[in-house]
Order: sequence, then structure tokens, then C-alpha cells
Amino acid sequence: MNHPAIKIQGLSFQYPQQEGLYFRNFNLQIGAGERFGLFGPNGAGKTTLMNLMAGLLSYEEGSIQLLGQEIRNHPKSTNRKFGFVPQDFSFYPELSPRDNLAFYGAWYGLTKKHIQKRSAELLEILGLTTVADKELRSFSGGMKRRFNLAIGVIHEPEVLFLDEPTVGVDVQSRHAIIHYLKELNNKGATLIYTSHQLEEAAGLCTTVALMDDGKIIAQDRLDELLVKHGHEGMEALFLDLTGKSFRD
Amino acid sequence: MHILKATIVKDLKILRRDRVGLTMMFFMPILLVMVITSVQNSTFELVNNNKISLVISNRDRGPLGKTLTAGIGKIGMFNIQEADSIQTEDNISTEMHNRNALVVLLIPSGFSSYIQHKADDIATRALSDPDSIQPAQVTPAPLPDSLKMYYHPVMQPAFRQSIQGALESAVQVIQGETIVKKLYQTVNQREVPADLEKQILLSRQPISEIPVSRSGTRFVPNASQHNVPAWTIFAMFFIVTSLGGSIVREKNSGSFIRLKTLPASYLYALFSKQIVYLMVTMSQAIVIFAIGNKIFPFLGLPALNIPEEWIGLFCVTFACGYCAVSYAIAVGVFAKTGEQSNGFGVISILIMAALGGLLVPSFAMPAHLQNIIQISPLHWALEAYYSLFLEGGKLRDIWMNILSLVGIAVLFQLITLYQLKKKNLI
Repeated sequence: MNHPAIKIQGLSFQYPQQEGLYFRNFNLQIGAGERFGLFGPNGAGKTTLMNLMAGLLSYEEGSIQLLGQEIRNHPKSTNRKFGFVPQDFSFYPELSPRDNLAFYGAWYGLTKKHIQKRSAELLEILGLTTVADKELRSFSGGMKRRFNLAIGVIHEPEVLFLDEPTVGVDVQSRHAIIHYLKELNNKGATLIYTSHQLEEAAGLCTTVALMDDGKIIAQDRLDELLVKHGHEGMEALFLDLTGKSFRD
Repeated sequence: MHILKATIVKDLKILRRDRVGLTMMFFMPILLVMVITSVQNSTFELVNNNKISLVISNRDRGPLGKTLTAGIGKIGMFNIQEADSIQTEDNISTEMHNRNALVVLLIPSGFSSYIQHKADDIATRALSDPDSIQPAQVTPAPLPDSLKMYYHPVMQPAFRQSIQGALESAVQVIQGETIVKKLYQTVNQREVPADLEKQILLSRQPISEIPVSRSGTRFVPNASQHNVPAWTIFAMFFIVTSLGGSIVREKNSGSFIRLKTLPASYLYALFSKQIVYLMVTMSQAIVIFAIGNKIFPFLGLPALNIPEEWIGLFCVTFACGYCAVSYAIAVGVFAKTGEQSNGFGVISILIMAALGGLLVPSFAMPAHLQNIIQISPLHWALEAYYSLFLEGGKLRDIWMNILSLVGIAVLFQLITLYQLKKKNLI
């Protein structure tokens, strides 16, 4: 039986010691194998939703299923099914890429041999082979961003959460990252992606959802959404649906 | 096992690259042990080997002032300088400074006549008829100035009291001799024969000092035996600055977010740190003990004698290291910032060191602190090390200390687990 990659039903969530619900009776379904983009202005709830789907935040009401498995109180082994690429650099900067991959690969349950093979592949694809044994703290922003992605995909996950994976990188690094993400999707991985780079998103995502104030305000295939609202590009659609006021 | 191994390798690599942390954990404790042992060694030598510089100003015109000076000289504890130049109390400070003296003894004028009058008085009373209604006619003793001991203000009370005790004993010897002579004269109506006087003078019973150890060894405790084990314990607990900080850094870094999404428990990360830093504490002890044993003699310091009870030494060091690591992890898990971890960690270790007897011996602490010192793991570790290093104790003599250290460590671990559970990290 094919499960959707993500199925959220009746989710309510509130940050501890904060008044008001962040999500109220929230529903969302993302099909397996999709390239799904989650967009919205600052504070719309994209990162919170991503953290809930990845099990970083716990919820009391409603249900979040990842490939048919409830995320709340799930066994740790379920985490092998997904990869997470957070917005912040999440590796040990004192270590080299190879050392970092050896550590994270082991935590994903890969054998030493498998880690070596995957590390060599990823470092080659992401253009980091020549610096594989150098300390990450000496890397440029683009190199760090590429490596941040490598850790999240070392175990070849079925679902990959990407929270602004290309923020602050040059065109070359962005191109390499997007190209690799498409390759992963072609091999069957579901991509769940947030970004403020709307043109980049238009090139990557097949399905998009626009969020504002903890709610989905539009969700469909990107081309159909553009036609439905009479816009030619993502930016015009975004401004049309979320308005022009600041959201600081 | 593969996860734990990979995590240990990661932690070792990070530690190897943390040069400042390694310096704090190895070089600084070695320096601390060397400096404190050197300082304490000079005090030990001052008390045990060096003579105390004593200036005697004898204002007495009779014979007993000189006899007292000679008697003090025979104690063997003082390097005596006689100074007649001290005419008033105002120039005592100048004389002390010029002669580099720690103590000045002022023998007042009339000292001889006072002692002799006192002897007459005692002899008269001792030989009077006990059944007589009328008390024996006694000669009232004159009251000269008392003997005065001036001392340098840096002298510790215990050291000062030992000097005062030695001087009092010299005075008592003279008093006793004078009384015995007077009694002999009164009874026999002649002077004490020279050979008897000599016997009276030599009648003091010498006391032999022998250090007693549980193992039967007779080596004399020195500054190294006292200080190296004590400050090694301090060094082990001082890893709170490195380990606590490392946990806080990891918690506040992006890598921690990723760790929480991985299919393995965060306990692997903490267990790995325990193993790595337990190795660090054991290495600290080995390095510091080795330096104490092999290098100290080249620096003019007494060599540290390593106890023969190797198993006991290993068990105490292991238990102490385990306790230190557990404490550092608890601090790191609770602290939100590096400043919190370092500030609380360092101050709390200093408090535990003070309570544990590293700064002042536990037995010298006030009664209300005697129960509180039991909660300091440094107290149990220090007692165990002193048993091994100073008393030649065996494993059976320190098992209670080891058990207490492990018990305190388990308590720290439970507190850590509670906090991790509360924060939903395990």
C-alpha cells in the first residue's frame, strides 16, 4: 500500500509558555515522490511546520504521519526514513567533511563501508572532494551549504526536509544544490522544501502550498495555481495571495 | 556499538583540535601542582629542617637569663642571635627586619631573681610542717615584666603555638632545675654535687618520632605526598570547564538540531563524552603522578612515592574521574550558555574543594561543617588518596570512599537523565 509522504490531520500546536495556537485544525497531504514547496512570508509557520514534521517539536492534538507512521512517540528507527537539512549549518566545524560524514553516517545506521562509498559519491557530486580532509570552519558559505545538504542525504532518505537550503550561496552552489535535489527526486525521494527564493522554487517544485498566519491559503500544482490566479510568475502570485504589508 | 565507536572517534578528534581545552586540562594542573608543592615544600622545610631565626634580648643581670638562652639553643629548633641593642620596644621591628628574624624573645631584667625567689618560696612551703597551724613564712616573690615573644604577623597560629610551647618548655626546665637545687640545698645544707646536677640537667626523656603507616613503611610524609594527590583531584574536577562547555556548545549549535532528528538516542553522545573524558581524567592522574615521581626530584622537590596498592590507586582514580565527568555532564546539560557552565562549574568546584579539605584540612573545620563535607566528592577522593599515599592503606581501607564516590556519581547521572527527559531529549 502506497502511503503519502506526509499526512497531517486536525493538527493543533502551541509553543510552550506562549499564548494562542500556532496551528489550529491544520490539514496537509504531500504525495510520495513529489517536489513540494512550502512558501509564505516571515512568521507564516513554515519552519515550525517543518520541525513538527521532522519530530523536533511535539504536539498534543491531531496527527502527523510520515509514510504512514505517526510521528508522535514514534520509534527512533523511523527517523531513518527521512533526512533533514536545517537552515543553520548543522555539523561539527572543527572536523573535516569526511569525519563529519563518518559520524552522521554511523548515527543513521550505515556500515563503515557504505559510509565510505556514499561519502566519496556525495563529496564528488557536491564538488568537495579536494577539501574532504580540511576543517569545515575554513570553508566558504557556499561550500558549507553544500556540505549541510550532504549530511542530510547520506543515508538516501525517502523523504527529505529542506529548510532554505540555498540561503546565502552563490549562483554556482545554488545550481549544484538544485541539480542534485532533482536527481534525488528522480530516484524516488520526496522533497519538502521551504525558501524565499521564489524563482528558484518555481524551477524546482512541482506542487506548492502558500502559508500565512499558520494556515494554508493555496495549494496545487504550480502551473495550475498560476493559471487559476492569472499570474505568470511566482512572485506576483505570492504578493497577490499574501499581500504587500511587512511581516517582521 | 558502531554508533558509540564513531561518536568516541568524533569526540576524540574534536578534543585533539581543542588546544586551549587540552592546555587547561593538562598543562595548567601540572603547573598548579608544581607551584603549590614548591610553596608547601618550603613551609615543610621551614618546620622540619630549617631553624627558625630567633633574636633574644637578655636584659637579665643574673645567671638564669643566660641559662635560658643556652637552654633554648639546646632545643635545636632555633637559630639564635643575641641582641643587646634592643633597648626599647620601638626598635624591635627594625631589629627583626635587619636580622631577618621571625621571632624576638625579650628576657626581662630581674628574671633570675624572680625564678630564684619562686624556688625559695616553693622549697620553704614544701619543707614546712604540714600539721603546723601557722603556715610557713614565705618570701613574697617579686613581679618583674613577663617574658615577651614578638612574632612576624605572617606566622600561622599553629606554627606560633609550637614556638611558644618550645620556649615555655625551656623556661619550665630552668624553673624545675632551680627548685630541685634549692630543695637539695635546704635539706642537705650544701650545694648540689656536680655529677648530680649533671644528671638533673640530662634527665629529660627524649621522644622519638616515627611515622606510622598501615603498610608498615616508614617514609616521612613530604609536601609532594600531601599536595600532588590533592591537586590531581582538583584537576580532574576542573574538566567541568572543558566538558561542560563542550556540551553547551553542542546543544546551542546546529549539529544538535540534526542529532535530534537522527535514528539514535542522544544518550550515545553523552555516553561517548563520558568515556572520552574519563580517559582524560585517568591520563591527567597518570601524567601528574609520573611528573611527581620522576621530574620533581630534578626540580629540587621531594619525589612523590607511588603507593604499592596499585589496584586501590586505580579504583580511586577511576571512581574520582567518573564522578568528575558525571558532574561536568550534569552542569553542561543544565547550563544554557557557556558562561553559565564555566561560572557555576568553577565556583562550585572551588566550594567542593574547600569542603573536601583541599584548602584547609577537614578535621580543622568547624563542627557545623563536619556533616556537610560528606557531600563533597573531593572529600572522599582526598581521604582515599591520603590513605594510600600517606598511610600506606590497602583497598580494604578505602572501599567505603570508592563506594561513596560512585554513589555521588550515580546521583549526578540520575539528575542529568531527569533533565534530559524533562527537555524531551531522550
